[in-house]
Amino acid sequence: MRPLLEGLRRIGRYPSALVGLAIILALVGTAVFTVVTIPYGQALELWRGGETWRMHPVNARPAWVDRIAGNNLPQTIIVSSDDAPITEEPFVGGKRLRIPLEFDFDYGGFPSELNLFLTSSHAEREPFVRLTWETPDGRQLNLGGRRPAREERVSISQDWELERRLGRVPHVGLFAAPGDDGPPEVLDGRYRLVLDAITFEEDARIGADLVVYGRVHGLAGTDHQRRDLMVALLWGIPVALAFGLIAAVGTTVTTLVIAAAGVWYGGWVDAVIQRLTEVNIILPMLPILVMVGTLYSTSIWVMLGVVIALGIFSAGIKMYRAMLLPIRESPYIEAARAYGAGNARIILRYMIPRILPVLIPTFVTLIPTFVFLEASLALLGLGDPVLPTWGKVMNDAQTQSALYHGFYYWVLSPAALLMLTGLGFAMLGFALDRIFNPRLRTM
Amino acid sequence: MTARDGAITAPARGFLRDLRRLSVFTAKRLAALFLTVLVGVYLTILIANMGGQVDELRMVQIQSTIAEQVRADPAFFDLSPQERNELIQRQVQLEVERLRLDQPFIVRSVDYLQQAIRLDLGRSEHMHSDRGAREVYWIIVERLPATLLLFGTANLLVFFASVFIALGLSRRYGSALDRSVIALAPSSAAPGWFYGIFLILLFAFVIPILPAGGMVDVPPPEGTLAYAASLLRHMLLPVTAMFISTIFISIYSWRTFFLIHSSEDYVEMARAKGLPSRLIERRYVLRPTLSPIITSFALMLIGLWSGAIILEQVFNWPGLGTLLFQAIGHRDTPVIIGTVVIFAYLLAITVFLLDILYALLDPRVRVGTG
Repeated sequence: MRPLLEGLRRIGRYPSALVGLAIILALVGTAVFTVVTIPYGQALELWRGGETWRMHPVNARPAWVDRIAGNNLPQTIIVSSDDAPITEEPFVGGKRLRIPLEFDFDYGGFPSELNLFLTSSHAEREPFVRLTWETPDGRQLNLGGRRPAREERVSISQDWELERRLGRVPHVGLFAAPGDDGPPEVLDGRYRLVLDAITFEEDARIGADLVVYGRVHGLAGTDHQRRDLMVALLWGIPVALAFGLIAAVGTTVTTLVIAAAGVWYGGWVDAVIQRLTEVNIILPMLPILVMVGTLYSTSIWVMLGVVIALGIFSAGIKMYRAMLLPIRESPYIEAARAYGAGNARIILRYMIPRILPVLIPTFVTLIPTFVFLEASLALLGLGDPVLPTWGKVMNDAQTQSALYHGFYYWVLSPAALLMLTGLGFAMLGFALDRIFNPRLRTM
Repeated sequence: MTARDGAITAPARGFLRDLRRLSVFTAKRLAALFLTVLVGVYLTILIANMGGQVDELRMVQIQSTIAEQVRADPAFFDLSPQERNELIQRQVQLEVERLRLDQPFIVRSVDYLQQAIRLDLGRSEHMHSDRGAREVYWIIVERLPATLLLFGTANLLVFFASVFIALGLSRRYGSALDRSVIALAPSSAAPGWFYGIFLILLFAFVIPILPAGGMVDVPPPEGTLAYAASLLRHMLLPVTAMFISTIFISIYSWRTFFLIHSSEDYVEMARAKGLPSRLIERRYVLRPTLSPIITSFALMLIGLWSGAIILEQVFNWPGLGTLLFQAIGHRDTPVIIGTVVIFAYLLAITVFLLDILYALLDPRVRVGTG
């Protein structure tokens, strides 16, 4: 153990190792933070998508990209009737309501969508709601009437009749300055959507949420299902680290123990191990993983198990064998035998620790390989069905032709995180290689 | 020692003995590798059939298709339900016998193995080759040249570039160039497809000068020269992606080899004798390091074979990887097994060539101590 600690102390002399270590620590810190703030169950629930994300825009860029480009594209504005000055006029058997939903809009672009979510707490008879759109320059547009069910989504953007009347998509036409020719321009100022409602029950209430969907969202943007990519980017960290670490530990430790056992027992044990290794080298890892993913399950834990199972008799056995063969003959092993140490004790306590220092750099550089393997599988559509991972985000981006549509952030942010993880471990691993393999250091 | 004595007294006999040992060695390796491929392919068959569970799915499928056919056929409309059921039973029986599902899976798996080893890969279930053939063999053979062209080019480029750069760097050890190339080595942590995505983004979308994917323009240009030019344009990005992802790590590892071997005593001795540095490099550094270089080259080759699926998928390259991906999409088990068998064969051939090269390069194998 002494040389191990000695070597670890020497890391400080390698700036690249320190940078790598800093990256890894930052990733681990963020992973812990993520798992604490968004628990596992909640992450799965969020990533399943659906109604949770109805107030989020589709394919919105990260806000900071927009800041750098200096475009001032709109953020999402949610105007709720809870904050609106509602006027009520009761009459026999019902009441008349006026809900003005007001908001300021001064951005350098049009919103991406316009939806109104109505809730009504009537017992039997639906209320009647009339919608009027008021622009800053005083124009009034009738958006028609509705008889909302208990929960109703009014998709103003998909009102074809309105689109025909405006001559443009509603979320552009409603915000455009008057004038027919040329590209539409945003009219800045205070907009208002007025809901004139009549309820036919005295205690019925009406709630409304007007959502003016933006074109930018948060730090990571959103995907085609309105999901905030931040969830996947954050949860990708613990998943990637866990997968990489468990796979690396699982394969190196088992491989090492098996190689040591083969060397120690020799004879047919060694021969069987050698032949199994050769069979395993012939077996193509990725196609088999793909087959397992297609025919059995794409669960990340099944994949992990297969990766470890295929990695047990990996080519590393040959390398460890070459390193362990001379150790087997060394005097201290003979001494251990003389005092009566058992086979397991000799293998685990005397043989393996001797080559651990050589192994640590390999181990560290192996982690990103598995992280990328997980991403590769996800990119092929064999990602975990429920867990949000970086690879799955990239796969979504690819199936939605993100590059073609110009949603670069969708590909670049998971790729950048993958690269960061890879670089962190690789930099540390390469530095450790120079520390623990003295033959390189003396040069 | 005996080998050298023998060679001095009777060169012809020594050569013959070398040849005999080499052929015995080759035969042994070939037998071992064949056995290895056999086991590997058999495992693949077991996995692809889920240990026989796929058969049950197939039985259900046959039952329902035949029942559907008989019910939809006007010729059988006036049969009584009992007669119709008997007819369905008979047809199912025929189909089961045709696919030999009535035999136990173990018996059939041995047959599958025998067929796979003979490269008789059977017929696909849904896919067909570009010429319309349903034989898995033809589907695969049609795709093989595309894969070999792309990966062969990339591997050779990486191999020669990195050996020459590494040699140059080991001569200029510690220079700014050396240190910056070594600092770039961790970039190889990312696989080729990863850089491929960036290259596509950059050169196909931001600055659209190169095609984002595919192998030739659509429609393929007339004339060999135009065709080759189009092919070259399409190959540029994937080859660059593979080049970037492997070049620095290869330079790093080969530079290490060269550095270790150029500090050996015999090299120092040659230097002390005043031999020109070119000669030292060629005769005293390159020759002893040849077998590790070839090993890592072959290992890289094997690694790229398996990484091909995703790179081809990203670049939409019509090679074996894309084929496998499509087969997965269609759940076409014969094609999946066939592709894996081809992969296994290619790997086995690589390993075998490696062994032969070792035997030629390493005198210990020839004298029978290796």
